[in-house]
Amino acid sequence: MQDNRKQILKYLETNSKADLGELAVLLGLEEAEVANEIADMEKEKIICGYHTLIDWDKAGDDRLNALIEVRVTPQRERGFDRTAERICNYPEVSATYLISGGYDLLITLEGRTLLEVSRFVSEKLAPVDEIISTTTHFILKKYKDHGTMMTHKSKSERIPVTP
Amino acid sequence: MRNPLSKKIVSIEPSGIRKFFDIVSEMPDAISLGVGEPDFDTPWRIREEGIYSLERGRTFYTSNAGLKDLKKEICRYLAGKIQVKYSFNSEVIVTVGGSEGIDIALRAMLDPGDEVLIPQPCYVSYLPCVVLADGVPVVIPLQQKNEFKLTAEELEAAITPKTKILVLPFPNNPTGAIMTKEDLEPLVEVIKKHDLFVLSDEIYSELTYKSDHVSIAVFPGMKERTLVINGFSKGFAMTGWRLGYVCGPEEIITQMVKIHQYAILCAPTNSQYAAIEGLKNCSDEVQEMRTAYNQRRRYLMHEFKRMRLDCFEPFGAFYVFPSIQEFGMSSEEFATRLLGEEKVAVVPGSAFGESGEGYIRISYAYSLEDLKEAIGRVGRFVDRLRNEV
Repeated sequence: MQDNRKQILKYLETNSKADLGELAVLLGLEEAEVANEIADMEKEKIICGYHTLIDWDKAGDDRLNALIEVRVTPQRERGFDRTAERICNYPEVSATYLISGGYDLLITLEGRTLLEVSRFVSEKLAPVDEIISTTTHFILKKYKDHGTMMTHKSKSERIPVTP
Repeated sequence: MRNPLSKKIVSIEPSGIRKFFDIVSEMPDAISLGVGEPDFDTPWRIREEGIYSLERGRTFYTSNAGLKDLKKEICRYLAGKIQVKYSFNSEVIVTVGGSEGIDIALRAMLDPGDEVLIPQPCYVSYLPCVVLADGVPVVIPLQQKNEFKLTAEELEAAITPKTKILVLPFPNNPTGAIMTKEDLEPLVEVIKKHDLFVLSDEIYSELTYKSDHVSIAVFPGMKERTLVINGFSKGFAMTGWRLGYVCGPEEIITQMVKIHQYAILCAPTNSQYAAIEGLKNCSDEVQEMRTAYNQRRRYLMHEFKRMRLDCFEPFGAFYVFPSIQEFGMSSEEFATRLLGEEKVAVVPGSAFGESGEGYIRISYAYSLEDLKEAIGRVGRFVDRLRNEV
């Protein structure tokens, strides 16, 4: 990959709010260069979206995050894809992965209550013919998310002036 | 009662930086740009290795010159980094930071009256360490028009029949200057012609932003007359672990081990184990820090240009060294007023030698957010000074 692209992506990955002019200064590029490169990568679907990392607990909005392991019978010619795509269509599903190991699909789900999540599993997932079994795990505390520490760091203990 | 003190010690000035530290410590809302150490925590895998070494009960002395495995890793690392091959069992000593290396190297090599050339502005410890070793420090004032590099002419002009050692502190603290292969080449001839030894302090060698660091030891015939000083403080963000090393001719290293043996015994054992992990597996972490420093460096240069502050572009370490000569005051006065009026601490250039007068050292070992706030204040201060005139 071109070095400029890699640098831009690395920066945007943890800071999608970046001001283009500032980003250009930090990377030693022209502002137009950065803008064009980003526009191209959006077109090429290298950049697929801009998200914000939110601590919903702090925002006072109760949310429940669950990880659901799903075992699936693969279908002829389509493998796991069709089942996975069906699951993806539910808005409460935030991610779906095909996984190697003891089960096939890993789903991350966002709900408001325990009841809502359990309903989704029993009414939407379990009845699908190809789905053999599910195991639901609830996330109790986020320590680190998307490479960012969610627990807050204590102040630096550096001495203010040193040679 | 008799005077308990040595005249030699009493004659040495305490570091000029101390005074600022005392003032800043009393100001809770001051922002400091005066720090000479990384803002990053030591990479986790290094810390974890340090913890593990304690769990394993590795709490004993190591051999005087350092752990064999660490010395081997240092040699492997340097062979890749500066393309100079050292023998791990005779040409390396592990020290308590690069600073111990400076001290014992000078003590091992100097006889009373030997002259040591010190290009300034530079780190504060060379000059007093020369005095402590009974040598005579001879300062070479470097100039902004040469981007604070040492030129062959400047070197030649400072040499006398008593000159024995040249200190070569690049990448440089406080200027951020580096010496490229082309810059070093002409020095090599002069050094050989006058049969000098070189103390090459390469502690910032991991932090260069234009071209890779070049050590003077790589030139033909220079390994025999060069001590390379390096360590883990800056590139690996390990200042508090106090770990450095010196590589050079066996003849000199053997004598240095003797001083180290009697004065220190050995560098901290658990730091040594942790450092092995750093050399083996932390090049990604080091690269990430370098990228972050480079972004901040570009940001500062951009801001200085905007406020029309005269500053040569530095390509090493984590300092910029803007000139404040247009304001017609000493760098100490500038720094004192900046601290008092805008609560931003910088280090006056004069703390690094007379040739640093007229400049201030700004460290960018701070997060971009901190730098933005601080530079905003510096900008306000500079505007106000210009309106005063």
